[in-house]
Amino acid sequence: MEHAHPDAGVSPAKLLERRNRLRSHRTQRIKESGIVSSLISATVFSVLVTLSIIFILGVETTHFFLQEEASLGEFFGQTRWNPLLGSEKHFGIWPLVCGTFLVAGIALLVAVPMGLATAIYLSEYANPRVRAGLKPALEILAGIPTVVYGFFALILLTPSLKMLHEGFGSYNALAAGMAVGILILPTISSLSEDALRAVPQSLRDGVYGLGGTQFDAATKVVFPAALSGIVSAILLAAARAIGETMIVALAAGSTPKLTLDVREEIQTMTGFMVQMALGDVSNFGVEYFSMYAVAATLFVITFALTIIGAIIRKRYREVYE
Amino acid sequence: MKVRILQVMWVVCLLFLTVFLLHADDVQAQTSALRGKIVVDGSSTVYPVTEAAAAAFRKDYPNVDVTVAISGTGGGFKRFVTGETDLSDASRPITPKEFQAAKENGVQFIELPVALDGLSVVINPQNDWVDQLTIEHLQAIYLEDGSARKWSDLNPDWPDQAIKVYSPGTDSGTFDYFKEVVVPKGKSFRPDMSTSEDDNVLVTGVAGDRYSIGYFGASYYYENESKLKAVPIVNPSTGKAVLPAPEHVINGDYAPLSRPLFIYVNYNSLRRPEVRRFVEFYLEHDTKFATQVQYVAVPEDVGAHAEAFLKQRLTGSTYVTKAMAKSEGGLRSVYKQANLLDTK
Repeated sequence: MEHAHPDAGVSPAKLLERRNRLRSHRTQRIKESGIVSSLISATVFSVLVTLSIIFILGVETTHFFLQEEASLGEFFGQTRWNPLLGSEKHFGIWPLVCGTFLVAGIALLVAVPMGLATAIYLSEYANPRVRAGLKPALEILAGIPTVVYGFFALILLTPSLKMLHEGFGSYNALAAGMAVGILILPTISSLSEDALRAVPQSLRDGVYGLGGTQFDAATKVVFPAALSGIVSAILLAAARAIGETMIVALAAGSTPKLTLDVREEIQTMTGFMVQMALGDVSNFGVEYFSMYAVAATLFVITFALTIIGAIIRKRYREVYE
Repeated sequence: MKVRILQVMWVVCLLFLTVFLLHADDVQAQTSALRGKIVVDGSSTVYPVTEAAAAAFRKDYPNVDVTVAISGTGGGFKRFVTGETDLSDASRPITPKEFQAAKENGVQFIELPVALDGLSVVINPQNDWVDQLTIEHLQAIYLEDGSARKWSDLNPDWPDQAIKVYSPGTDSGTFDYFKEVVVPKGKSFRPDMSTSEDDNVLVTGVAGDRYSIGYFGASYYYENESKLKAVPIVNPSTGKAVLPAPEHVINGDYAPLSRPLFIYVNYNSLRRPEVRRFVEFYLEHDTKFATQVQYVAVPEDVGAHAEAFLKQRLTGSTYVTKAMAKSEGGLRSVYKQANLLDTK
């Protein structure tokens, strides 16, 4: 028996339509693949940029350690950092690391309690209309140029601190740290609020069913349930605080010191790099390359924080159906 | 028909616009035929003088764009010796090393002193114990192995408080000059002082800390006179303590911390009319600009030399000797045509 051709008996008009549909499928597919490949190339481009930055950091950092005056042992074993002044140059990274963590620590002390309180209020207590107004207002804080925060610290915070206590220097760690804290506050509050709100309503209802209050629900159930999101928000904010540059360059000073005294002038890793880049480098000598070694250290620290944040988010995430 | 009318109106409008633009251009051309861009970089100490000159120049020649940056004397020269900038502000003469670099790059320049500065040592206004300091005192404070880390180390009656030390950064000519005067050969600055290329950062630092000390060009002191106190410095040869006031700078009493300030002009840039006019303008009025920002004008005879250098295009530096060393001596004895060494 002869098979009937599938088109047999179909009217020519329908055939034409079918062909057109096929053709439009083809152009669709070409268009689609064009879009996909442009998206891929954008992704590849940003990855390439990252890789080349890491590559340059690596090359220049090796260059630094190959110099006579510098060594890995000194870099991690010494507690003095003075690449420019004094009879002997010292390249011990710890004073800069200490300054960085001092500022970031102060910033977190300011931002974590305030940010979490804000997040809990916005997600658990505020009515939707208040939240819709408050959240963008808070996020504006993150949009203010950091140089403004720097001047805020220098012109407002430091003189106020001085009025409270005479020992504060013109440039000090506390004022800079507080300003950085305000800067990272919206990161913490906004991301934590997202995490809190992702906790399903049924859990809260369960607490109410057991006779718990709203406060019980917020602190004993919702907060622990959202903890992984909150911790990764804090880590992200910490990475931001560690990498913050302009505020510390303006308000924290320029003397690297191994101290925990917040009244003192310190220098952070980013602050040192700014000082170097702004013309303090007198030649392409060892002090110039030291900037890259510092940058590499900073990169490793913030990278580690990001990774830890990702691990915590993945491993401790509580999934609710 | 309607379309016609519209077209005609357009053409008329365009004609008017063209005529107007041409005319406007013409009017502007009369007041300022000069246009272009002049790039200046260098010392933050010389900056106020050059900026005063640039501001006055912009009024007469609005089409010339003069940008004055502050990278410190060393930072400025780094760009100047590669021909990147037209003018370099310098609060110390060019060094043999920088001179060599200019030579290698084929950059010729004219060296012009534009003002004198009394490098001012400043303290906080609430500091009521210091009434004068000697160079030895400054050494005790600023040297790495100096004996003064607290004010009481200088004088037992003074407060038992650590001295907070501020200094211009290593790329600044003020740093170099102070180092030359205060730091003996083979010694070095203490590494724990707070440094910045931006003198305003130092002003803020000293103004906010009772136990601090710092130094920078007199102009920055006079501009912030209410927030700072200048220290009279004892002149080693007369034994008298003097302030960096203009009269003491010009008659040489404020020694050894008074110094000449220079601009260096790229010889090739001088071929451009806007640069030529700016430099001539600068030298014509340098007395006014210098005094306007509380510096002291260069003595008349030296100023005459400078004008001759510019007019006759005498290139090179008087501060570098044939043996590639630094010329010793004051401005008056060094800045002479006989001492010129060219980069050619």
